[in-house]
Amino acid sequence: MITILFIFLLICSFLCLYRISKGPSPGDRVVGIDILGIIVVNFCTIITYLTKVDFYMNIALSWALLSFIGTLAVSKFLEGKGFDE
Amino acid sequence: MKRGILTFLLFIAWIFLTWPFGKEIDWQVLVVGFFISILSGYIFGEGFTESPHKFFGFKRYLWAIAYIPVLIYWCIIANLDVAYRVLHPNLPIRPGIVKVKTRLRSKSGLTVLANSITLTPGTMSVEIDSNGYLYIHWIYVKTDDIEKATEMIVRKFEKILERIFE
Amino acid sequence: MREILSLIFMIVGGFFNLFGCIGLVRLPDIYNRLQASTKCVTLGTCLTLLGMMINGPLNSSLKGFLCAIFILITAPTAAHALSRASIKAGINLWEKSVVNKLKEEEK
Repeated sequence: MITILFIFLLICSFLCLYRISKGPSPGDRVVGIDILGIIVVNFCTIITYLTKVDFYMNIALSWALLSFIGTLAVSKFLEGKGFDE
Repeated sequence: MKRGILTFLLFIAWIFLTWPFGKEIDWQVLVVGFFISILSGYIFGEGFTESPHKFFGFKRYLWAIAYIPVLIYWCIIANLDVAYRVLHPNLPIRPGIVKVKTRLRSKSGLTVLANSITLTPGTMSVEIDSNGYLYIHWIYVKTDDIEKATEMIVRKFEKILERIFE
Repeated sequence: MREILSLIFMIVGGFFNLFGCIGLVRLPDIYNRLQASTKCVTLGTCLTLLGMMINGPLNSSLKGFLCAIFILITAPTAAHALSRASIKAGINLWEKSVVNKLKEEEK
């Protein structure tokens, strides 16, 4: 059953990679990167479920934080303002 | 006051992250967490909230608990809706940006309202005006009238959010 | 029993993730893509975390709870920031769109 889940998530990440490489506007690429970050959180959760090692949840938490901050920074950059707003 | 509330919340988050179940409590970790939360609460407390006295209204927490099932229900409906639109071979979408009006005024209430609108069927908040108008991207536009769109999108959350945040 | 329940939650979450990513590829413009992917991936991740929380070590359950709350707050905020940035950057809606109140008011 877990194998099916891994295959789903792999398909998801390949679809995101397709959108990142193809996307006509820069915004589309950023959407792909954002969704890819959340898919990585899914991977970490499933590895925690399989191995019962607590450490992977720390990676998931910090990955979610950093992906969010990166998306905000890039969107401010696209908006054409400085980073200080 | 603001700083005290923020310190308390940060310390609770620290306890969530480092509580050792089944082992002895490590006092060093707790003390370090306490000082770190005092430091960051002191630095970042100024821009934390507008009206700290709202944290002590007990009824607000009850309404917040009552808000969670509403949000989960609309979230599941939204996901089934997206699945239908995505898997349909003809892509039944009719997108557009509409304008709605809200009665909420406080900043945190507007934030929670915008996030809830993004999680509910077919709508995503794009821009917030200072006069209480929201611009919303709708994946299947049923009406572009302000009153009707407000009735369809905002009302179901506003009634509860008013009691939590106003 | 708990294992079966958590597996069911995780599989349903995986399906929702898949729908979101299919929407990311199939839909025509950036706003529709943001809608589909943000909604589906947020609920899918929360369901996966819930499945882990039901049948996992207690430490990771608390961390998973924090992570779910965090994703529920941040994913719509990131979508809002991105859509506002693309409006400001001048990316137009899909050509078959019906109304655009934001553009009508600028004129």
